[in-house]
Amino acid sequence: MTDLPTSTEKKLGLVIDLDTCVGCHACVISCKGWNTENYGAPLSDQRPYGEEPMGTFLNRVHSYEVKPEGGAAQTVHFPKSCLHCENAPCVTVCPTGASYKRKEDGIVLVNESSCIGCGLCAWACPYGARELDQAEGVMKKCTLCVDRIYNENLPEVDRVPACVRTCPAGARHFGDFADPESNVSKLTAERGGMDLMPELNTAPVNKYLPPRLKDSWDDESVLAPFLEPVAEETQGFMGWLDKQLSRLPGDVKQTEGAE
Amino acid sequence: MHPAASVIVFTTLSGAGFGMLAWLGIDSTPSTGWGAFGYYFVAFALAVGGLLSSTFHLGHPERAMKAFTQWRTSWLSREGVCAVLALTVMGLYAAGLIFLGEALSILGWIGAILSLGTVYTTSMIYAQLATIPRWNTPLTSLLYLTFAIAGGALLTGKVTIALVLLVAASFVQVIWWKKGDTAFADRGTNLGTATGLGDRGEVRSLAHPHTSPNYLMREFIYTVGRKHVQKLRVISLTLMAAVPVVLLALFGANHFIALIAVLSHIAGVATSRWLFFAEAEHTVGIYYGMR
Repeated sequence: MTDLPTSTEKKLGLVIDLDTCVGCHACVISCKGWNTENYGAPLSDQRPYGEEPMGTFLNRVHSYEVKPEGGAAQTVHFPKSCLHCENAPCVTVCPTGASYKRKEDGIVLVNESSCIGCGLCAWACPYGARELDQAEGVMKKCTLCVDRIYNENLPEVDRVPACVRTCPAGARHFGDFADPESNVSKLTAERGGMDLMPELNTAPVNKYLPPRLKDSWDDESVLAPFLEPVAEETQGFMGWLDKQLSRLPGDVKQTEGAE
Repeated sequence: MHPAASVIVFTTLSGAGFGMLAWLGIDSTPSTGWGAFGYYFVAFALAVGGLLSSTFHLGHPERAMKAFTQWRTSWLSREGVCAVLALTVMGLYAAGLIFLGEALSILGWIGAILSLGTVYTTSMIYAQLATIPRWNTPLTSLLYLTFAIAGGALLTGKVTIALVLLVAASFVQVIWWKKGDTAFADRGTNLGTATGLGDRGEVRSLAHPHTSPNYLMREFIYTVGRKHVQKLRVISLTLMAAVPVVLLALFGANHFIALIAVLSHIAGVATSRWLFFAEAEHTVGIYYGMR
C-alpha cells in the first residue's frame, strides 16, 4: 500500500558536505555502475555517442555560484539524489502501490514489476530525484544501495551506498538519522545540516552541510602582524650603497614614480 | 510541463463525455430507444476514448489493472475506480432507457454524481501537486468541473443552460489564469531554498550536471509557445465559449449549428488544456536555473 508509515524504526540516509565536495562526479559514475549491474532494470542510455545523449541517472551533480553582496563569489558543487523524505509525496500518488517507503529503515523504493510508468511520482517529487527509464518504461530512483548495505557477501567496508564508498573527498556520509549518536546525526548537529525546499514540507531525511564561510576582503589575517616589514629604511653598508647608486643617472623607475 | 498529446486528448474528451453523462443521468424527461442510443453513444465514445488515450503515455499499459488498487491515497487510482463505477452505472441506466424504455432515475442520479466525481478526481491529480504551484489550488477542480458541466450541457442540447455555463466557465478560466501567473512566485520556492544557500547570497546555476537535456528537463521544463500565451488564451476563450454562445444565441439549436458549436467548444477546451500543461512550471526547473 502507498500509505506512508507513521514512523520508521531507522531513518537511513545521507549527509552531503557541500564544503568538501569537489564536483568530480565520481559518485555519479559509481552509482550508475552499481545500479546498472545489480538490482532492477539497468539504467539505460539513449544515443550515448550520438547527438543529444541522454540517460537514466539516480544521482546528478549540479554546480552553483553563490555571490554574497559585496563579497567574492563561491562555487558550490551540489550532488542531488533521492532524499528519502519522511513525508514522501512521490509514494502517496502512486496508483499501483509500486512506490513504497519501508517501515524498517525508511528507504523509498519502487517495485518495478508493479510500475506502470505513468510518471506521476516524478511529477510529485520537487527535487527531480526520479527518472523514467526510456528503455524499460519504469521509474528509477536511488535505492540507497539497498543491495549493498545489507549484503553479507560484501566486505563490511563496502556495505555503504556506492556513492559514499567512492567519494574521494569524503563529502558523503551514510548512517541512521533515528540514532542521535550516529555519525550522520552528529555531523548534522555540528555543522547545521539543511533541508532542501523546507517550505514544501516533504521532511527530507538526507541533509546537506553548508559550505564553511570563506575569508572576506575586509578581514585582517591573523598572520598580518608577523608580515610587517622589519626595516622600513635600508641601513648600514647596504643603505650607503643604495644611496650612492641612487645618485647615479639612469634610474628609470624612480623618475617614473615621481611623475 | 511537457504537454503530452495523450493527456490533453484524455482530459478534453473525458471531461466532455462525463459532463454529458451527468446531464443525461439527471434528465427528468429522458429520451428512450434510438434517441437515447445516440446520446449515450457519443457520451461513452468521448469518456472511454479519452480514458483509453490516457493509457498511451504509460510505460507499461499492460499493468494498468494494478492502478485500481491504491484508492486510499492516490487520486489517479481514485479516478480509475470512479470512472469504472460511473461508466458501469450509467451503462445500466442507458440500457434501461434504450432496451426497456424505462428510466431508473435513482440509477441515473448515482451515475451523474459518479460522473462528476470522475472529473473531480481527474482535476485532483493535478491540483494535489505542490511541485506545480499553478495547478496546486482548489480553483483547478472548479475549472475542470465547470468546463465539464458546460460542455455536457452543450452536447446534450440544453441550450439556455449551456449559454450561462459557457460564460461562467470563461470567468473561472480567466480567474484561474490570473491566479496562476503569480502562483510560482507566491510559493516562495527559488534556487535559494532549493539549495539551502539562499541566505548567503545570490545563487545561480553555473553548470548543469549533463550536457544535453535529460528526462527531467524534457518532462518539466517546457518553454515552447510562451511568447504566444496571451494570443492562445484569447483563441481558447473564443473557441471554447464565444463562438458557441454567439452561434446558439443567433441561430438557435438546429443540428448543423449545434455541431459547429460543439466542435468549436472542444477545440477551445483542447487549447486551454494545452496551455494548462505548457504554462505549468515545476520546481525541478529551479535546479537547472530555468523555469
